[in-house]
Amino acid sequence: MSLLKLSVSSLAIVATSAGIAAARDNIQTAGSSTVLPYATIVAEAFGENFDFPTPVVESGGSGAGRKKLCEGVGENTIDIANSSSRIKQSDIDLCAANGVTDILEVRIGYDGIVFASDIAGPDYAFTPADWFKALAAQVVVDGQIVANPNKSWAQVNPALKDKPILAFIPGTKHGTREVFDEKVILAGCEETGAMAAFAAANGGDEDKAEEMCMALRTDGLSVDIDGDYTETLSRIAANGDAIGVFGLSFYQNNTDKLKVATMSGVVPSVETIASGDYPVSRPLYFYVKMAHLDVIPGLQDYVEFFVSDEMAGPDGPLASYGLVSDPELAKTQAMVANRVAMGPLSN
Amino acid sequence: MTDAAAPASPAIRDGSLFAPDAHTRRRNAAERRFRAYGITAVALSILALIVLLVSVLGNGAGAFRQTFIQIPVTIDAKIVDPKGNRALDEMKKVTTIGYGKQLEASMLAAVAAAGVATDGLSRKDIAGLLSKEAAAGLRGMVLENPDLIGRTITFRALANGRIDGYFKGRVSMDSAKLDSNISPAQLVLAERLRDAGLVTVAFNPQFLLGADASEVRPEAAGLGVAILGSAYMMIIVLVLALPLGVAASIYLEEFAPKNRWTDLIEVNIANLAAVPSIVYGILGLAIFINTLGLPQSAPIVGGLILTLMTLPTIIIATRVSLAAVPPSIRDAALGVGASRMQAVFHHVLPLALPGILTGTIIGMARALGETAPLLLIGMVAFVREFPAAPPEGFFSPASALPVQVYNFTQRADPAFVERASGAIIVLLVFLICMNAAAIILRRRFERRW
Repeated sequence: MSLLKLSVSSLAIVATSAGIAAARDNIQTAGSSTVLPYATIVAEAFGENFDFPTPVVESGGSGAGRKKLCEGVGENTIDIANSSSRIKQSDIDLCAANGVTDILEVRIGYDGIVFASDIAGPDYAFTPADWFKALAAQVVVDGQIVANPNKSWAQVNPALKDKPILAFIPGTKHGTREVFDEKVILAGCEETGAMAAFAAANGGDEDKAEEMCMALRTDGLSVDIDGDYTETLSRIAANGDAIGVFGLSFYQNNTDKLKVATMSGVVPSVETIASGDYPVSRPLYFYVKMAHLDVIPGLQDYVEFFVSDEMAGPDGPLASYGLVSDPELAKTQAMVANRVAMGPLSN
Repeated sequence: MTDAAAPASPAIRDGSLFAPDAHTRRRNAAERRFRAYGITAVALSILALIVLLVSVLGNGAGAFRQTFIQIPVTIDAKIVDPKGNRALDEMKKVTTIGYGKQLEASMLAAVAAAGVATDGLSRKDIAGLLSKEAAAGLRGMVLENPDLIGRTITFRALANGRIDGYFKGRVSMDSAKLDSNISPAQLVLAERLRDAGLVTVAFNPQFLLGADASEVRPEAAGLGVAILGSAYMMIIVLVLALPLGVAASIYLEEFAPKNRWTDLIEVNIANLAAVPSIVYGILGLAIFINTLGLPQSAPIVGGLILTLMTLPTIIIATRVSLAAVPPSIRDAALGVGASRMQAVFHHVLPLALPGILTGTIIGMARALGETAPLLLIGMVAFVREFPAAPPEGFFSPASALPVQVYNFTQRADPAFVERASGAIIVLLVFLICMNAAAIILRRRFERRW
């Protein structure tokens, strides 16, 4: 009998406590795992220095974060989506369909993508063309489009070491992969002239040609890593000849285990990425649901704090962790202060 | 061994009865082989367990000890209370950066007072021995107790994760040469400070009680929020799943008519027990967050999902233990005039209780280790704020122990490897305690017929 009473009373407790689910007083963010470390650093400092609770930072990927942002307006939806690639028209359409009309786009800085191998291994100096020739499914040899015959880096470029090709690259769910495809593989495709050959083979269809460029070999020499950089790192530790793709900040935290390669002759660093000399970098963003700005306590303060010189400036903790500070930060700060919603995508 | 090929009449046996014939030898050999397979299987499992435990304990034991730096700090009113009016609102304007400067000065003074040579390290490098958490800790202390202003206190701060790694053997002089976050000269200074008694390695309660920390301060990361979140979810699972599961099983086992419907329900419950846990996460997101509007990242939602996941386990265990109570008990109760409900609640249920409790605890232990269903409801997150006491705490964001393990393994700083293993140890201790409780309950109350 007491069991029955217990269950009835416990159900009653749950029912009443659902009623006291008070207004949310903490900020909720979700999205890119690349932005995650920066967001946690800011969230931690925000919680320490302001009277608001520390924001909750979820990861899960840029695309997933933007989708969650666009689920609608209300306290059980997130306030901010972190993203390592720019928002897409499809996201904006989804947002609009769910009543999320005004979105504040905040660019927090730039992130470099580096190519690194085991610390005990040889030095590498790559160009995008090397990577295209090493990893593409099809390459042009003597004017003919053939399945990629290259097995070692020396075959790709005689200046490189005669080591077997084995690359660990981010899987397609990562925002990093998009940048890798665009800034390395596509650039290499054009550089080697393969793009023109592919276009010619498809009767001048450039979209088809780009697709052919970005199709990577599937014979096991190019391995997609769907996990995190920690997984890539352990794969490299197990295989001394392999080369992995990392974020600059990850490399900077593991300089005792990894040796970084140059790209087009430039060593990746915060300075070379800021100056634009290092070619493989991308902007990092977060997107704020403006309808929540006056509803969730501290949201405006958090966004302003994130882009303040104290945090995102060139001497701030984000820069020392590996974020390349945005030269146009002042513009972003003004935009945040004035709450300027993002316009339609220009490109 | 098939004997279909054996001749109709037994062959006449020749030779000694003491010497086994070929057939017996074959059968004996087969038995020996089978035993060897069994022993190999057991040995392999034990080996795997030992490798796992050794690697987890070896990696994680360090997380419970941490390097501390103890320095005297004179809290300068000019820095922490520039207006000098001790108004809390004014003092809150001084950020951790201001307190960082205060600590930097104190650290330099302490090093100088101890007479330790610094080999020309810069001020920033010397202060860099301290954790970035230290300034926040000092700020919290001063704001809580403004009387400290102007006084000299002994402040025990965490050391930077790399320094801590050096004393634990994770960082070496060779790796520091290549490391952009620490220099060998800083390690030398840390060693001298240890000899001077300023740096000690001691038990670190913050690992169990503190909140998670960002990537720049792995030394400060703790499991407090995760343990609390897991505990809240277990409370919800216990309070909801036990009564619901037991009520459902009693009805199905003792009262429900045996027909096609109850068969269908039975099959479905058995199937539900085998459904992958992520499916419950999807269900929970749709029902509890999107439809009922419960908050994201909250233990209430996680607890409800884990309840759904644990229910089939509890129902199956309860039905099995109810069925194991001999019918003579029921018959005797009914025979002396008890109603069916009295027979069940006064006689059958108490006898089935040990089995029910064991099933519940094992179901909860499984729920404790789940991450997948929590992924979709926003609990796989960086949460630093401690949830309030229940019931409000059920609705504020929290993390969970297995989630914290997963989060730690994703981080770039190698110091988090140790913390991930430490978190696994804590999780294992919880699981062992729960399983031990299940065994003890069974041993104490079980009755055999």
